[in-house]
Amino acid sequence: MWKFIVRRLIITFPQLVVLSVLVFLAAQFMPGDALTGSIGNPNITAEQLEQRREALGLNDPWYVRYGDWVSGVVQGDLGESYRFKMPVTELIGQRIVNSFWLSVVTLIFTYIIAVPLGILSGRYNDSLLDQSITGYTYVGFATPLFIFALVMLWIFGYQFGWFPTNGSVEPGLTPGTFDYVLSKLYHLILPGISMALIATVNTVQYLRSEIIDTKQRDFIITARAKGAPESRVYNRHILRNSLLPIAAFFGFEITGLIGGTIFVETIFSYPGMGQLFLESVTLRDFSTLVSVVLLFGVTAIGGALLSDIILSLVDPRIRIK
Amino acid sequence: MSEELLEVKNLKTSFRIGEEHYAAVDDVTLTLNKNEVLGIVGESGSGKSAFAFSLMGLHNRAKIEGNINFKGENIANTAPGKLNKLRGDDMAMIFQDPLTALNPLMEVGDQIAETLILHRSDMSQKDRKARVIELLNMVGIPYPEHVYGQFPHELSGGMRQRVVIAIAIANKPELLIADEPTTALDVTIQAQILDLIRNLKNDMNSGIILITHDLGVIAEMADRVAVMYAGQIVEVSDVHTLFENPLHPYTRSLLNSVPNAEGGQDKLHVIQGIVPSLKKLPREGCRFASRIPWVDASAHEENPVMHEIAPGHFVRCTCHSQFYFPDESKEVQSNGVSGS
Repeated sequence: MWKFIVRRLIITFPQLVVLSVLVFLAAQFMPGDALTGSIGNPNITAEQLEQRREALGLNDPWYVRYGDWVSGVVQGDLGESYRFKMPVTELIGQRIVNSFWLSVVTLIFTYIIAVPLGILSGRYNDSLLDQSITGYTYVGFATPLFIFALVMLWIFGYQFGWFPTNGSVEPGLTPGTFDYVLSKLYHLILPGISMALIATVNTVQYLRSEIIDTKQRDFIITARAKGAPESRVYNRHILRNSLLPIAAFFGFEITGLIGGTIFVETIFSYPGMGQLFLESVTLRDFSTLVSVVLLFGVTAIGGALLSDIILSLVDPRIRIK
Repeated sequence: MSEELLEVKNLKTSFRIGEEHYAAVDDVTLTLNKNEVLGIVGESGSGKSAFAFSLMGLHNRAKIEGNINFKGENIANTAPGKLNKLRGDDMAMIFQDPLTALNPLMEVGDQIAETLILHRSDMSQKDRKARVIELLNMVGIPYPEHVYGQFPHELSGGMRQRVVIAIAIANKPELLIADEPTTALDVTIQAQILDLIRNLKNDMNSGIILITHDLGVIAEMADRVAVMYAGQIVEVSDVHTLFENPLHPYTRSLLNSVPNAEGGQDKLHVIQGIVPSLKKLPREGCRFASRIPWVDASAHEENPVMHEIAPGHFVRCTCHSQFYFPDESKEVQSNGVSGS
């Protein structure tokens, strides 16, 4: 068991190295360099610039610069954002927490929607109920998230005015108080639901087909031949076997959220990592962008790792003793 | 001794394909006594398993007509609640493929215990576990305490089939249906499993329906045999009569296609054609007619029924009286063999 997890963790390490090299090299192809944004004096000469570059080590070969960058990253130093004039670590700090909570809320909604719908759809497949649920999933597949989120914002944010339309918390509240937490939650609901309603269709479909598949397996007939009533056949045999791949999919669900947060955070002006990503692209905020992409990559790798670990915990066929 | 346990009368199981119903089991009439092994033989697709599933009520969307009298009560089309009281308790089934018949996520001990939980709810947890260990012992599984906590994938095919058998016999069923219990196993394991089933019959005085396409298994195990073709029983008799004096062309063809260890046969007999698929089954006339085209059409009955040729020996259709193998006879009719 632990052997498996340790081995899986060891595989993660080269993945991280490759990721960081790729991110770093990709950043090299961006126009400008770390110096571009920090020049305050418009009259600076080319020689002076070159001197600064030399002094900062920007003319070193890429692997030396990569080494410098990585040793900084490992120590938590992601560089300086030249747009916001503050360390990237500090810039990311609050946003990463915001994005984390948005993801948690989205995941909760995703499963609250997916599990019952998937079960109903799979159990009563080809009924009217199933057809309505699959109908919804087709609409979900076909609707781009950014359009859907805009519609949700317009209807529930502006027309009905039930939910706030921007920000992550009501200004003027003291962090830590009950009202503050409540306001945070309140700001999370609409973006969370919007994202979940679209993201969940994958899981609904997945669960539905897992149940339909498991229903026809031989061991279900064995269970019926034992005299197990339908409710027990479903709860003990079908659901357990069908939810397993869904549980394992959890990690990948997290990876999938990254793309969603970019749209949703921008549309709801929610100060998180996704919004920061788009901002730093448009502002050419070099060091911030690299850091955000790196963190996205780490999250994706972590998601896959989590999936494998969950699967190894719940599936006896993979469990290694 | 020969107390009747099960009586099946004119059983017809049909499935809806598109707009029409197609009968996979048609006009099956059989009886089974206590402490008797009734073998059912036939090719793949002849409706053997469909028949077994009908008895257990395991078909999902099938139309079942006729009577299944089990212990004096008709259980065809009973409500699931009532049927669930019988299944796993008074009647049980051993499945064909041990590799897929067990839940991959449940410890095998728990899978056996489930049958006890469902039908012996008064049993304490401790007694239940003891009974499961006893069952594992009975079916010849070594280290039952250890195997109890193992998952199906940790066991070999033969071991898994033993677990499947342990599930079936957990509540000492009066009727045990074994659907090709040895098909997926290699020969040495086959013999052990058959021994096991025979011992169970003797110990529990149960009636056993043994479904197989293996005539060797039938010869060894069965007291009486029913030969099934295209959803119908074509011949029923005791096992000796069947092997010594087979009548129906299909039975004779089947026996003729078994290799003989003593030699004497240059070529194995091959039955022409294949079992027609459900949708292509002939609706009337002798269903075997298309596979013995050299026999004159007038030999068949228009609506073949079972004829009692000798006490306890039934044959469907009249064509057996005029049947011969093409290479047996010099005078193969000109429109015969080429007519297929």
